[in-house]
Amino acid sequence: MSKNVVKLMQGNEACVEGALAAGLQFYAGYPITPSTEIAEICSAKLPLVGGKFIQMEDEIAGMAAIIGASLAGLKSMTATSGPGFSLKQENIGYAAMAQIPCVVVDVMRAGPSTGLPTAPSQGDVMQAKWGTHGDHPTISLTPNSVREAYDLTIRAFNLSEKYRTPVFLLMDEIIGHLRERIEIPNPDEYEVFDRLKPTPNDKNYKAYAVKEGEIVPRMASFGEGFSYHVTGLVYDEYGFPKTDTDVAENLLNHLMSKIDNNVDDIITYEETQTDDAELLIIAYGGVARAASKAVKECREQGMKVGLFRPITLWPFPEKRVNKLTQKSKKVLVVEMNLGQYVIPVHRVKEPDSKVFQYGKVNGEPISPDEIIKKIKEAY
Amino acid sequence: MEQEQKKKKNLKTIREWCKGCGICVAFCPVKVLELENEKVKVLDYDKCTRCGLCELRCPDLAIYLEEDQNE
Amino acid sequence: MSLGSPIVKEYFRSDRLPHIWCPGCGHGVIMRGVVMAIDNLKLDKKKVCVVSGIGCSSRASGYMDFNTLHTTHGRALAFATGVKLANPELEVIVVTGDGDCTAIGGNHFIHAARRNIDITTIIFNNKIYGMTGGQYSPATPLHEVGTTAPYGTVDPDFDICKLAVGAGSSYVARSTAYHANQLIKYIQKGIENKGFSVIEAISGCPTYYGRKNKKGDAVDLMNYYKDNALDIKAAEKLPEDKKVGKFLTGEFHHEAKPEYVSEYMKIVEKVQKERSENE
Repeated sequence: MSKNVVKLMQGNEACVEGALAAGLQFYAGYPITPSTEIAEICSAKLPLVGGKFIQMEDEIAGMAAIIGASLAGLKSMTATSGPGFSLKQENIGYAAMAQIPCVVVDVMRAGPSTGLPTAPSQGDVMQAKWGTHGDHPTISLTPNSVREAYDLTIRAFNLSEKYRTPVFLLMDEIIGHLRERIEIPNPDEYEVFDRLKPTPNDKNYKAYAVKEGEIVPRMASFGEGFSYHVTGLVYDEYGFPKTDTDVAENLLNHLMSKIDNNVDDIITYEETQTDDAELLIIAYGGVARAASKAVKECREQGMKVGLFRPITLWPFPEKRVNKLTQKSKKVLVVEMNLGQYVIPVHRVKEPDSKVFQYGKVNGEPISPDEIIKKIKEAY
Repeated sequence: MEQEQKKKKNLKTIREWCKGCGICVAFCPVKVLELENEKVKVLDYDKCTRCGLCELRCPDLAIYLEEDQNE
Repeated sequence: MSLGSPIVKEYFRSDRLPHIWCPGCGHGVIMRGVVMAIDNLKLDKKKVCVVSGIGCSSRASGYMDFNTLHTTHGRALAFATGVKLANPELEVIVVTGDGDCTAIGGNHFIHAARRNIDITTIIFNNKIYGMTGGQYSPATPLHEVGTTAPYGTVDPDFDICKLAVGAGSSYVARSTAYHANQLIKYIQKGIENKGFSVIEAISGCPTYYGRKNKKGDAVDLMNYYKDNALDIKAAEKLPEDKKVGKFLTGEFHHEAKPEYVSEYMKIVEKVQKERSENE
């Protein structure tokens, strides 16, 4: 087995390398701190692999362009930060409705509004779930290392192709701008998934019908001979707008169930010493690094503390969190916002398990000592 | 030849699509069209010169010239 | 047996007709014009992609039997840019309205023009927001009425063709639903133009624009265009007083300019060649 290449790499750069490994061929975006390195590296690297880069006139256009490119058959990505993520929401909803595979990277900076552009935060977590109007499926992944930024970008593409939906890489600025050692996986160490295509010149191809035993409609690319229609209106099996209530209900059920029925495939998480934890910390992304150090130190002081780190933030890992809170009677959610991911924790935890929340929004990362102090208060 | 070739095409209308807007009636150079309870009606197929202006300006694609298959 | 003329049978999804536009709305004439231009050019249907935004105009994509993409309000050109850059083989045609293109879509309109990307944009200009019930748009003539300008607008309206030329389009023309043959010719030339082409097609909205501004019904609007359109070549020879109350039609701009996607593809080829040379 050939040795892996080892490099010193920034999180944003690892995201691009992962995207290229997953088959990225099209990037459209707009400069915004702290994500711009992703655009810059794509502009340099994509032409080398016959891919294409375009800097659009705003984030709305960036999101629109990647949907267009995906419909033309290319794996497409855009990257932004809070303000741009807000601007992209309507077209993100369009991609969810029309079932268009694409990856949206949100390198989270301190908000709201212009906020602290170079400072980290985790304040877009709920926006990732509820940012656009209406009910729609959401998948978002959050890395806590440069290597995981690489791996999760590949996974984001695979999930978006497999479930025909936009997938978010919600990376806080800590990881986006962090430079650290990374062992680049060899191609045989990861899987690359491509969208299922209709059989060529299949006369009765229905653009939005789901075949027996399959999860999503097969997706033809524009120009391959299937002249089909794509819209953001409620649509039928052929993709044409319909106002019938049953068509609307079936469509929404399909959009939601294709994710809800496959949470075990989509949700991943990492646990540290949760088996006998009386107090469970829930933390994700860059903050989870400080949390794991806090767990280590508290364990050394004889405290039964564990860490649950969701890697898939959405869909929310309900089963596992409920299970864990059957043992751990105390839960401390630590995140760089004023209490967002703690909300679903409240909803799914065991009734007799008590939830504490520690949030910080001043632009400074949460330190292990701060977490240790909170643990001791709650323990 | 032009006149001859044109002769073969005949005026066709689609009642279901016509919305009775009256554009074809207004701009038919030989006035062979009219509206009858809000649907286009061809008064005289022979007087029609097959100029195609009705088809050109019909917003509903409901009137057109077509070669008859059976001729 | 599918209904309709040979053109309809060949290029329309006739089972989806009759369309939703009001009796006498010019949009049907313009939609047919787009298809006639495609037919005249004998384009390969599989390679035609029609992208539309939101509004009355933008329902056209659903009726035409091509790769069709009905996007979000104002964003058709941004979606279309993604499609065109991703697959330059596709003949990308954007169908949009005066509001869709020059109000919410204004930023994408001027940037697509600035890039001179090979997209043909047909603006169905009915000078009002029809779908939402008759509000005035950036194309509603000054002092005219809309449901949100019951006392007449104080918004000066765009000259969409000047805007298109100023932003960098390489082909710009204006015609009307009355001058349908001329319109078809301009759409054809727009498609043939290897660059950003804008065809402003003045439509007729009897339901709102005509009614609210007391300009009569569909036939009156058609007659208005017949009597008041003035071709720019003819206008050059006319004294000012003859031009009062008229509006200009014709070809405003036609210029060969580097086209965005082909320029980008040159870079891709150069970069790949350089890399393989020093490998």
